[in-house]
Amino acid sequence: MHTFLGLDYQVWWFLVFGAIISGYAILDGFDLGAGSLHLFLRKEESRRIAMNAIGPIWDGNEVWLVIGGGALFAGFPVAYAAIFSAFYTPFIIFLIGLIFRAVSIEFRSKEPWLWWRKSWDVIYCIASIVISLSLGLMLGNVVGGLPLDGNHDFAGTWLTFFNPFAILVAVTTLALFMMHGAIFLTMKTENRLFVKLHVLANNFIVFFVISFVITTLYALLYIPHLSDFFKSRPARFAIPLAMVFSIANIPRQVKVGKYRFAFLSSAVTIALLLIMVALEVFPYLLFSPGRPANSITVYNAASSDRTMHILLIMALIGTPLVGIYTSFVFWTFKGKVRLDEMSY
Amino acid sequence: MDVEILARIQFAFTIGFHYIYPPLSIGLGLILVILEGLYLRTKDKRFEMAVRFWIRIFALIFGIGVATGIIMEFEFGTNWAVYSKYVGDIFGSALAAEGIFAFALESGFLGILIFGWNRVKPPVHFLSTVMVFCGSLFSAVWIVVANSWQQTPAGFHIVGSGMNARAEITDFWAMCFNPSSVDRILHVWIGAILAGAFLVLSVNAWYLLHNKHRDIARPTFKIALTVAALFSVLQLFVGSRSADKVARYQPAKLAAMEGHFDSSSTADMYLFGYVDKKKEKTSGIPIPGGLSWLVHGRFTAPVTGLRAFPVADRPPQVNAVFQLYHLMITLGAAMIVLSLWGCWLWWRRRLFDRRWLLWIFAWSVLLPQLANQAGWFTAEMGRQPWVVYGLLRTSDALSRAVSAGQIVFSMILFTLVYMVLFALFLFQLNRKIQHGPVDYGTKEPIEEGARRDNPLLEHNR
Repeated sequence: MHTFLGLDYQVWWFLVFGAIISGYAILDGFDLGAGSLHLFLRKEESRRIAMNAIGPIWDGNEVWLVIGGGALFAGFPVAYAAIFSAFYTPFIIFLIGLIFRAVSIEFRSKEPWLWWRKSWDVIYCIASIVISLSLGLMLGNVVGGLPLDGNHDFAGTWLTFFNPFAILVAVTTLALFMMHGAIFLTMKTENRLFVKLHVLANNFIVFFVISFVITTLYALLYIPHLSDFFKSRPARFAIPLAMVFSIANIPRQVKVGKYRFAFLSSAVTIALLLIMVALEVFPYLLFSPGRPANSITVYNAASSDRTMHILLIMALIGTPLVGIYTSFVFWTFKGKVRLDEMSY
Repeated sequence: MDVEILARIQFAFTIGFHYIYPPLSIGLGLILVILEGLYLRTKDKRFEMAVRFWIRIFALIFGIGVATGIIMEFEFGTNWAVYSKYVGDIFGSALAAEGIFAFALESGFLGILIFGWNRVKPPVHFLSTVMVFCGSLFSAVWIVVANSWQQTPAGFHIVGSGMNARAEITDFWAMCFNPSSVDRILHVWIGAILAGAFLVLSVNAWYLLHNKHRDIARPTFKIALTVAALFSVLQLFVGSRSADKVARYQPAKLAAMEGHFDSSSTADMYLFGYVDKKKEKTSGIPIPGGLSWLVHGRFTAPVTGLRAFPVADRPPQVNAVFQLYHLMITLGAAMIVLSLWGCWLWWRRRLFDRRWLLWIFAWSVLLPQLANQAGWFTAEMGRQPWVVYGLLRTSDALSRAVSAGQIVFSMILFTLVYMVLFALFLFQLNRKIQHGPVDYGTKEPIEEGARRDNPLLEHNR
């Protein structure tokens, strides 16, 4: 088994994969949040501005999902195979949500007819909500575990997915994204729309905090083994504590109008949440509660050391490149939304 | 129907639909680079109008390409779990490389390409256009590398046995540059460039026929015609190299492509024909010894026929492979004839004189599209019954946790969604073409309706 800086390749790739998923959740999270709150904006004009706020960047953000898919496929093929065939139905619905989100952004403003724009607004909003909920549902099931057979194949039915914990995680994810998206939109808008989004951001903060607290309590009470990692050493409580501060900082910054810091805070919150999830599940990628021996771990799911080596080199070369052009594009479109003849 | 055939139909349907769009993005990307480059050099208003018009079309095509492409990346996991485990090391690496090296480049700069005209300096915009084009080319590289490895596996060894067998990389570069990948990448690139060039030819022919935007349509038509002529001729050589590789590494596929059964006889090349799989006989109009010449350079040399393979190892749909392959060749020849003819008339200064020829050009957009589809179907159906040639059978590659009912459910969903998508795509494409290039410098920047709906725009101007 090969190691790099004292950590196994498999652990490295778990970290890389986690970083990609966090990147996706932070970046596409605000797109999805903006989409999910779309119908709260009543005026045609406001909706158009909101859509153009993510217009030039959402596609680049979605790339992180594509990279994540590739990273899982390449690094942990067994997990890729088991997870996506297990999540068959929710995943197909998730994918169809992605299709509809993409085309509704593309088509909405292409025709002046009101019925056309309104229909796409509704489709866009529903698609964003469906994507957020199904992402949360899958995350909840990964955290909670799924029944697996000896070949690591899924041994449940589609009803297995809809357990209370997964549903709670799904709702929390939606709330988190809506908060994140609303804060993002406050940075991109002006005048009355901006005021409206400020109010919405505050409401979604409340929505998120409530659902987050309920989910956490549920996990502590009914899935106690999840918090083993933190209970085993008190020093480890630094991470949940950091998260509490990070969440508390969001309304604090929104209140004084420092939306950039609020946005940063909610991005950090998303990252810390996923780091906590990662620490709780590690070394499992998919835990099988009834028969732990059938679980998929970073070790039994991994590809060969040689592939891991190649993948790590790819990540080392690729990540800075992606970082450079992502920041270049974000910098180009910084500031308030300006509509012009090329806008959506 | 059983899970295998359902999963195959689903894959063929989703990939076939997806494959309409990325080739157009690649081909249009090249046209955008040329047009914008010309605009930067000459500062000619016509090129600006043309390039901005085609950017709008590009955005539409790219959008649907992305939406349908994400499905593909995960369909291996949902429907082909055993395959995914078997090839994850290799196929997964190629997909990961595609994401991080190609797709990220493409999608990142796409924002600037589409929305950045007024935001960045012209050279920066041009750079973004070039980057998007490069990204789309790289995308094709990694996808075709992954697919070529399925056709001619190399640089790996098999670890484990039975259900737990999997291919692991031994040599990354041998895996990437497996025997067929370079030829197939070039073949796919050129097919994609032709798809873009013929779309541009078609739209501009239509403008010329309807006396619209003549001053823009003429130079753009000529640029696209040059590209089409150059690359359709090049495709002849690249394509035959590809067939050469099939002959060497996938003899059963080659035999199916020409309906050749008897290994001891010389092999004919058919202009068209029909394969009777039961009687193991091919009838049609042959070029005697043509295939022997292609494979061995001699008209009398024998070529391995389908009978040399056990029935279980032969492509099950021989006639379909034969027909699709010949359709591709015919369409390729048609593209060469049409574009060279156009060039000849251009040289005689009579290019735009014949209305019926312009009508042919207006419909010519279908030629590369059908050829690309036929080509892929030949490659993939000819590879059957293997999903990884000689190593893993398609029937063994399925997800065992997925039932036929689930696939039927998703199949219905995809069919409905894609039908709606395709209708919307054609509708919007038609609207954009009808709308035509706009001079943003003098005309109103946005159509009346959008202005009325958007008082803010008035405000800012």
